[in-house]
Amino acid sequence: MHMADALISPAVGGALWMVTAGLIAYCARKVKQTMNDRLVPMMGVLGAFIFAAQMINFSIPGTGSSGHLGGGLILTILLGPHAAFLVIASVLTMQAFFFADGGLLALGCNIFNLGFFPAFIAYPFIYRAITRDEHGILRAWLAAIVAAVVGLQLGAFSVVLETKASGISELPFSTFVLLMLPIHLAIGIIEGLATAAVVLFVAHARPEAMFAAQIEANKSVTLAPVLIGLMVAALITGGAVSWFASTHPDGLEWSIAKVTGKEEVSGSEGDLHAKLAHLQEKTAFLPDYSFKVLESDAATETIPATTKRWPVVSAGTSLAGIVGGLMTLGLAGLIGFALKAR
Amino acid sequence: MSHHIVEVRDLCFSYPDGVEALKGVSFRILHGESVALVGANGAGKSTLLLHLNGYLTPTRGEVRIGDVPLTRATAVAARRAVGMVFQDPDDQLFMPTVFEDVAFGPLNAGLPPDEVERRVALALERVGMVHLKNRPPYKLSAGEKRAVAIATVLAMAPDILVMDEPSSHLDPRGRRRLIGLLKSFAHTKIIATHDLELVVEICSRVIVLAGGKVVAEGPTVEMLNDECLMLAHGLERPLSLSRVPR
Amino acid sequence: MGLGQWIEIGHMDELGRMESPVHRLDARSKALTTLVFIVVVMSFPRYEVSALMPLFLYPFAILSLGRIPPACIVRKILVAAPLALVIGMFNPYFDRQPVAAVCGYVISGGWLSFASIIIRFTLTVGAALALVACTGMDRLGAGLERLGLPRVFAVQLLFLYRYLFVIAAEGSRMTRSLELRSAGLQSLRLRVYGSLVGHLLLRSMDRADRVYRAMVARGFDGEIRVMRRTHFRWTDWMFMIGWTGFFIVARLWNLAELVGRWLTGGVS
Repeated sequence: MHMADALISPAVGGALWMVTAGLIAYCARKVKQTMNDRLVPMMGVLGAFIFAAQMINFSIPGTGSSGHLGGGLILTILLGPHAAFLVIASVLTMQAFFFADGGLLALGCNIFNLGFFPAFIAYPFIYRAITRDEHGILRAWLAAIVAAVVGLQLGAFSVVLETKASGISELPFSTFVLLMLPIHLAIGIIEGLATAAVVLFVAHARPEAMFAAQIEANKSVTLAPVLIGLMVAALITGGAVSWFASTHPDGLEWSIAKVTGKEEVSGSEGDLHAKLAHLQEKTAFLPDYSFKVLESDAATETIPATTKRWPVVSAGTSLAGIVGGLMTLGLAGLIGFALKAR
Repeated sequence: MSHHIVEVRDLCFSYPDGVEALKGVSFRILHGESVALVGANGAGKSTLLLHLNGYLTPTRGEVRIGDVPLTRATAVAARRAVGMVFQDPDDQLFMPTVFEDVAFGPLNAGLPPDEVERRVALALERVGMVHLKNRPPYKLSAGEKRAVAIATVLAMAPDILVMDEPSSHLDPRGRRRLIGLLKSFAHTKIIATHDLELVVEICSRVIVLAGGKVVAEGPTVEMLNDECLMLAHGLERPLSLSRVPR
Repeated sequence: MGLGQWIEIGHMDELGRMESPVHRLDARSKALTTLVFIVVVMSFPRYEVSALMPLFLYPFAILSLGRIPPACIVRKILVAAPLALVIGMFNPYFDRQPVAAVCGYVISGGWLSFASIIIRFTLTVGAALALVACTGMDRLGAGLERLGLPRVFAVQLLFLYRYLFVIAAEGSRMTRSLELRSAGLQSLRLRVYGSLVGHLLLRSMDRADRVYRAMVARGFDGEIRVMRRTHFRWTDWMFMIGWTGFFIVARLWNLAELVGRWLTGGVS
């Protein structure tokens, strides 16, 4: 469920980065305010624990497959929402750095989707509502499964929204939702089972361990500041994104044009073209290459169909694009090789 | 300068779950002395050590470092005077590089950067690990980790070194080096260990702990030669002592 | 997450500790430049393919100047690729409008945007991996903190990274001893799983307590103090400004197409 850089636009990625950065700053302040120094090593080690626990699989009852712990919910149960959010964020950052899981631009989205919902929605409003701080076995199973499912469903839905808002994937909204939600229902149940199994074991084997780390969690969670901050962020980014989306096909492109001045850009482009045209008369090494036919083909067949669509690519340009693309790729490789040889 | 530097009086401690780990421990350690704390697993050695720098607060009795009783208010100063080397160096070395780890204590003491650098260089030189300065601690061998863990404590310029099982996980060569290193320190040393050969080489006095109490105390050779005492507390008379005339 | 990935982390860690002109650069300049790079790559219109090509220069240059074996990065990119592939694969299916023709073949918008997604994926992931491989986790964490990352979170990253291997080793010792007694059973019954992972969790918490003890023993008072001896040199400015300039030029003009026109003799 990690989103990849390649699927989101800078506007969406940037917006979620800001939201996540705000949440991290907020949680960092909250954790500092608890004045519980013990949390510093505890958070680090539990982050490492989540990594390690993900290596261990269990067989899912009634099926032939196996699953493992995701981690968001159990961290929140152990550490409370604020510290847990930081730990989840650190785990996802590490995965983005080392396994290219997600990527850097999408990191904001991933932390939000996988951290915010379990820590600030599923845990306080579902898990705690069901368990009511009792450690009844049935309650614990139910609470963990429902909370994990809800957390993951919200996260998955958020993935769909972010991807749609980015407009890079062509997947229709309804198809995407129908694809994501059932998969994450299954993942949620697995997560809930794993979480409950571990929590029940710890609650039985060493009940005080459940409280040792939970100092922060025992205070009631005040969600108001988080929600207000999110609402403001959502309004601002939502407004900005929709405005960009409606008036300009690509927000950043538009803003670049605005910054540099459209006229200047095309002007210098023309200038450059002229110079290159002059140059290539002498140096072109594919002068006999004929595209005349091709170009007319393209003009009659494809161009009319695409006149309204955004890049109206003529055959000549696309050939130049392909040749040039391959050449520059080769050139980049050569330069890289040359740098290495130094 | 007082003649005794560590004094423990009638120390009692119970864990929150009700387990009574220490039941009235008393002893004195003199300046410059090397004392071994021996006893079977669960005798209360580690719990006792954690009282020496104020990490645990006794339910009864007191610990005095120098002439100052150890309380919450004096704990900061006590932690500078008492350097503690823990059993697992992986617990002790938590910073990204050896340098930063050794600098951790001096920086917490609020020393200026130049002084921190000097302390780090000195401490690493003392244990012969200067070349590892920029390495990450988890890439070191067990012996190197142990030496660096000792350096992290030396950098705080303590008067007293407290060690929990310093020779565990070391190969014979690493252990030999460690013994050489410990012998070269003039600090007051308190060493909790099962490694009685190490005790014979380093410590002049032995305190035997059992069931949260001091059951015997005396000069090393005399104590370790007492076969009945040793066997009663999960220990063995060291072979090297058979060469020592009684 | 398998054992292989742990080896991979260890491998990246080694790479991050090498010496090279790129490793010597300040982490901040590399992080900021890489971020600009990713944003520029993702800001291209969805059907863009050729204009992205010149941008390969950045990861290529970093990897070769940093003496990072490309095979290791390529392998990681391939491992991470399925996700972008799966989502991207729907594009040719849903977007069949022809947008270009080359040598008589009509290319639909979906295929073009699919190709674009794959290229973007390779570029962004490659650049991010190159950044980590040429910087190392601790320098990167410290650099990010200097760029405004909250201290609590920077410390969290460092501690997480520090104890990854320690806890993983504990976890694999536990699973190994279990495997030896369970006749090669691959996955566990839920109850066994709960107690195994629960044990690992308790051990981890004990570990955290011991680390805390060791920190307190050396005067820890809630604040992690570090001495940073890094400084932003002129080479860092050069690196940042130079590359950012290149990215902007590559974003504004389709360099590949210019080269292409020049080579093919100018048809427009």
